[in-house]
Amino acid sequence: MSGHASAGNGAKPLLEVEHLELHFPIKEGIFFDRERARVHAVDDVSFVLTEGETLGLVGESGCGKTTLSRTLMRLLDPTGGSIRFHGREIAEAGKRELRPTRREMQMVFQDPFASLNPRKTVAQSVSTPLRLHGARGEEADRRVRELLERVGLAPEHAKRYPHEFSGGQRQRIGIARALALEPKLIILDEPVSALDVSVQAQIINLLDDLQERMGLAYLFVAHDLSVVRHVSERIAVMYLGKLMEVSPAEELYTKPIHPYTNALLGAIPVPDPRENRERERIVVSGEPPNPIDPPSGCVFHPRCEWATEACRSVEPPLARYPNGHLAACHHPRNVTAEDLAGAERDPASPLSAGDELPVA
Amino acid sequence: MSAERLLEVDGLEVSFQTEEGLVHAVDGVSFDLGPGEILAVVGESGCGKSVTAMTLLGLTRSPNSRFGGTAIYRGTELVGASDDELRKIRGAEIAMIFQDPMTSLNPVHRIGDQIVEQIRAHGPVTEAVAMERAIELLERVGIPRARERIRSYPHEFSGGMRQRVMIAMALSCDPSVLIADEPTTALDVTIQAQILGRIRDLRDETGAAVILVTHDLGVVAEIADRVAVMYAGRIVEHGTLDEIFYDPQHPYTWGLLGSITRVDRPRPTRLPAIGGLPPSLADRPEGCHFRPRCPHAFAKCTETPDLEFRGGKTPDHIDRCWLDPEAKRKLRVVDGQTGLMPPDRATA
Repeated sequence: MSGHASAGNGAKPLLEVEHLELHFPIKEGIFFDRERARVHAVDDVSFVLTEGETLGLVGESGCGKTTLSRTLMRLLDPTGGSIRFHGREIAEAGKRELRPTRREMQMVFQDPFASLNPRKTVAQSVSTPLRLHGARGEEADRRVRELLERVGLAPEHAKRYPHEFSGGQRQRIGIARALALEPKLIILDEPVSALDVSVQAQIINLLDDLQERMGLAYLFVAHDLSVVRHVSERIAVMYLGKLMEVSPAEELYTKPIHPYTNALLGAIPVPDPRENRERERIVVSGEPPNPIDPPSGCVFHPRCEWATEACRSVEPPLARYPNGHLAACHHPRNVTAEDLAGAERDPASPLSAGDELPVA
Repeated sequence: MSAERLLEVDGLEVSFQTEEGLVHAVDGVSFDLGPGEILAVVGESGCGKSVTAMTLLGLTRSPNSRFGGTAIYRGTELVGASDDELRKIRGAEIAMIFQDPMTSLNPVHRIGDQIVEQIRAHGPVTEAVAMERAIELLERVGIPRARERIRSYPHEFSGGMRQRVMIAMALSCDPSVLIADEPTTALDVTIQAQILGRIRDLRDETGAAVILVTHDLGVVAEIADRVAVMYAGRIVEHGTLDEIFYDPQHPYTWGLLGSITRVDRPRPTRLPAIGGLPPSLADRPEGCHFRPRCPHAFAKCTETPDLEFRGGKTPDHIDRCWLDPEAKRKLRVVDGQTGLMPPDRATA
């Protein structure tokens, strides 16, 4: 959002994720669980999120974006790699160790109908985190009123139950609850996907204001590229458990490097009939493969029109192009010979990736 | 309007008796549909677009529902039709594709058997013939290796594949009208593009008319010929695709157009939102229902405007807004683009 520099540039890293991996085992047998296969839900993902920054995380269903966000919150236990929050390692921390960090990392969920307890009033829901961390009585009530006001609800809403609210209002309640402990980072898992377009804009504008006032960092998870653009400074595109491209937000739309990003952008319907009639559509064929048995080499190669032998055999590393734009592709789009010559292998590359960078 | 009309809906009304009182879900909706035409019905949740579509097939009938108006399909009145009459039309003449492919297939029956059941319900066909037809249908909607996969259960298919099965099933009796209620909302964008392409191809091949119920103006721009914009149970504007996008007459349409995010344009600093919330259908404001959220509302707006020609370019472009057509042309431009003035900036 406005006013913040993009990654690096002296801002302090808030969340550092290195080679994070979460493989779900598929077990078989009655007495002895034999591991038959593994679902590669999050497969060697690395990125850094700085204070006050918004990173958009985009991918289609089943790409591992929700698993990744839940792993960062430690709602799921990673099977490898590290997560550092404010320099503290939390990938393997126990419940007690996690407590101070939990205060600073909060989550807003996708479904405003399922994420609030229907039998609790708004005040009870919003004050639960406050009570868990020591606030009582009058003080807690005062904070609840403040929080509701901050997210654009009236103080008298505190006594009502979730069913009395619309989807957009419920999402505001979810945001108020996330703000209760004054976190540094909020992970937003598809916070507006369940809402009508006109209400989506209200919630996004609210998130924008809150960030400006409270210096929050956001990890904004979404399934398409149209919404994240309005909130993100950088955007990461995920496919089958891996990062395909990480780019400064605007550049992703003007200069998408990875063929998968190009396909995602091409698939978004343009709300302009005349342009639609003229536009050459790249419609990517097929569906995402099964994450139990991911394709060899580049995981996107079976659906990619530029795939070659190299793509089938060698996993491409994340190459760093100008502006800190990263992409994992042997045949990058929209890059100049100069960009290619200056490209370097980024340390965020998966450990299993090759060393060869794309050439002109 | 062209000569042949497949479906003519006139003054359709649907209300439900609920604990909170009488809910007017659909209030005087009229439109018609010719062969091969794609009509998009657009609006936000609760505007009555799905109830309109479902009522055409008698799917909203219950002891608590009340109906008014007419919907005539090739000479047959649908609103008052008996269950037997409707059963002959449903599936065979007018077929429906539902939003959620996860819950609209029966999980304990094979895909093939479910399609065969529908084919045989509408004609004297042997099981073997129906099965061949089912395989052919699955191939037509783009399911690879249809002959093997016809024996699969729904859980073995992805969301996109299930939606293809739903489309195959809807097409099984060569309907002349296909009602698609948010057919791609539950799908990823790359799959959505494939499915929309499919629906368009099928319209071209079979000449079926399509009623597409959606909230997504991007989808509308991609596929529709005509657009009806609904708000709080009423159609507030109706015109051709280009009329709605390039010469919108109703402030609600401006707001909808203004709140779409575009990936191919520089991003605005702030997303334009429509202030406030849609009214409860049990307690709608009198006059123009959009009045409380409209920055341009004036005294006249407490009277209900009829849906009629008011100042578009063709007489078929109709809307419900009292504003002067000349004034509309200026008011709908916000920061150089079509949109609804934010409430804090409105002066009208």
